Amino acid sequence: MGSLSFALPFAELEVGQHLYWQFGNFSIHGQVFMTSWLVIGALLALVVVGTKKMERDPRGVQNLLEFLWDYIRDLARTQIGEKVYRDWMPFIGTLFLFIFVSNWGGALVPWRLIHLPSGELGAPTADINTTVALALLVSLSYFYAGLSNKGLRYFEYYVHPTPIMLPFKIVEDFTKPLSLSFRLFGNILADELVVAVLVFLVPLVLPVPVMFLGLFTSAIQALIFATLAAYYIGEAVEEHH
Amino acid sequence: MDSITTAASVVAAGLAVGLGAIGPGIGQGSAAQGAVEGIARQPEAEGKIRGTLLLSFAFMESLTIYGLVVALVLLFANPFAG
Repeated sequence: MGSLSFALPFAELEVGQHLYWQFGNFSIHGQVFMTSWLVIGALLALVVVGTKKMERDPRGVQNLLEFLWDYIRDLARTQIGEKVYRDWMPFIGTLFLFIFVSNWGGALVPWRLIHLPSGELGAPTADINTTVALALLVSLSYFYAGLSNKGLRYFEYYVHPTPIMLPFKIVEDFTKPLSLSFRLFGNILADELVVAVLVFLVPLVLPVPVMFLGLFTSAIQALIFATLAAYYIGEAVEEHH
Repeated sequence: MDSITTAASVVAAGLAVGLGAIGPGIGQGSAAQGAVEGIARQPEAEGKIRGTLLLSFAFMESLTIYGLVVALVLLFANPFAG
């Protein structure tokens, strides 16, 4: 089977086809890189434009950025706690904005107009490699947060209520990145597939409400990823008494 | 891939999503029930309840999504394709 593709002008459905770039011994998925660079560029441009001429009464882009800053600060503060949330706010904010803009960019930008020799452009988060990388970053950072805040006392967390919990907590370290990455990847890919299949079956009107539902779930998934990352970091820095 | 592997993969993909949807479906139902009762009892807390409900919905939904990932692997990246 390998991969699947139907050929209708706007209803192509391709899974498992990629634009491979050779990079030394590695072959990388080029379409994912292109869209992630676009997302990063868009975010950078937004931030640069919004902070160029800052005013006391925020207007336009600055207003939007301040709203986002407040939102991310509240998210980080409720999950990580008053003491160290400030250190981790940039990380949580970056995760949230990158995932959010990737998800919405994949759904809103008419990528199908751009033809690639193989594969197609879409949300970078619909590729398992992106989400695994993000989830592993979260794993590394909660270990780092725990070790740098509490030193070796961090490992008390593994035996915290009773030592019986030790195997479960160790398994948890592996299941956390697994579930984080699969949840995001699966949701975004499922959204794209559902819309693609509906467009393939009924090209008019019917896919539109499903697209809105997709936008909604994509936003929620970005929020969940950021919330969980913050929660894991908060769990690692929390003091037990 | 021989036809018996294909048939088994397709059936398994259907079962993975179908069976995986049962549990989260029941769970989302009872979560929604709790939320509606909460809102009926205390309409001013609607915003907070809605936020928590959506977040927990996403967690339940991800269980079905795991089934979907398994189904997609079976259909598009089958390790037994040989």
